[in-house]
Amino acid sequence: MRKLARSGAALLVLGATLLGGCSSFSVPTVEPWVKPYERERLADPIMRFSRSSLPEKHIEHVRDVREGSRGATGVQGGGCGCN
Amino acid sequence: MAATRAALSLWRRLAALLGSLLGGLLAIGGARAADLPEDMGEGLLHVYNGGGVTAAGPAFLVRKSVADRFSLTGSYYMDAVSNASIDVVTTASKYKETRHEFGLSGDYVYRDSQITLGGSTSHEPDYTANRLSLDISQEMFGGMTTVALGFTRGSDKVGKKDSPEFADTARHWQYRVGISQILSPRWIMSLNAEALSDDGYLGSPYRSALVFGAAVPERNPRTRSARAVVLRVNGDLGSRDAMHASYRYYTDTWEIKGHTLEVGYSRYFQEAWLADAYLRYYTQDKASFYSDNAQSETLYVSRNRQLSTFNNAAIGAKVSWLWRKDPGKYEIKVNGAYEFVHFNFKDFTDVRTGDKYAYSASILQLYVTGTF
Repeated sequence: MRKLARSGAALLVLGATLLGGCSSFSVPTVEPWVKPYERERLADPIMRFSRSSLPEKHIEHVRDVREGSRGATGVQGGGCGCN
Repeated sequence: MAATRAALSLWRRLAALLGSLLGGLLAIGGARAADLPEDMGEGLLHVYNGGGVTAAGPAFLVRKSVADRFSLTGSYYMDAVSNASIDVVTTASKYKETRHEFGLSGDYVYRDSQITLGGSTSHEPDYTANRLSLDISQEMFGGMTTVALGFTRGSDKVGKKDSPEFADTARHWQYRVGISQILSPRWIMSLNAEALSDDGYLGSPYRSALVFGAAVPERNPRTRSARAVVLRVNGDLGSRDAMHASYRYYTDTWEIKGHTLEVGYSRYFQEAWLADAYLRYYTQDKASFYSDNAQSETLYVSRNRQLSTFNNAAIGAKVSWLWRKDPGKYEIKVNGAYEFVHFNFKDFTDVRTGDKYAYSASILQLYVTGTF
């Protein structure tokens, strides 16, 4: 348990350092190979990973209380496994 | 004492993390800006029906920006449950209960970053669950890449109806990291990983296990650590249609391993209609202490079918209709979604028939979404 908390915190600190580091010391110049004007199709709702929060929260809850697997879907939920 | 020190140490690390993140964010250069989530209202009516259980209710969500860089989101979610599942009808009697969940969160954008702080509280007669979460995302490389970090802390109170002497608690930690990457003008992918940890009462005070054919209260470990990784890919197919695919791998210290695969197709019809169809398959191995009918005495034993070896297959469809639109002012969509799912249990016997248990369920959602 404590090991997981430690490894999770280490993961976050590493990520934060990367984020903070990239921000503080100027991001290495990577030329975007897809220009902003080429992203019209990607901006369409049809291409979003998440379109509606409540329906996704509902179906995530339905699955979480019936399947052993959970996590990494980006949907937050609470409550018990009663339904 | 050791637990207090560990908690203090964790909070110190979190404070360091926040300091590091905020320091980094404030030092960001460049003129790009992340967008606040759009102002919206959503109303949902949801129904789950299958395996003797009906759970239905409304849910509402409202989000409004209160300044250029802040927005607030409030939500309410209700589940009215009527439970006559196989567990209930073979060991107890049918019951009804209602769960209410309230959520409040705030989004803050600063240049290429978005910070979301949220909390929720869920109440039902024998269970209370509180959650607090912090998520930070940062756009990089000209908006080609978005990196996200998040943390959730949960705290539950577990009770038992008509047994005031039973009271226990559970605590939950979730750490997540994710990246989404534009691959080409038509393809985008994301990779998300999450570490989850639970501590406390992690079972149900109502559920029984079978040992030598006799019913005994289930005994679960009081800790559980898990890892999950999800890979998603979305592709524009060129005729106002798109496909998506995702895979999740899950493993935990109870020795459950799960695989989830989903593929879907979306297409516009005329200006106002958007339809989606998808297939989902899920399979898992049982927990090490799961037994349909244990033939030896062990420290832990459970007959919770959620921890058994099983698979399920689902087919689903969604339709979205753009009802009203005033460009630049508002947009209202009416939506419907339906999923049919079939569960096949490999080592959970229906004690009424002696056969392996299987059941089908339907999930229905009707919702209206307004953006303004």
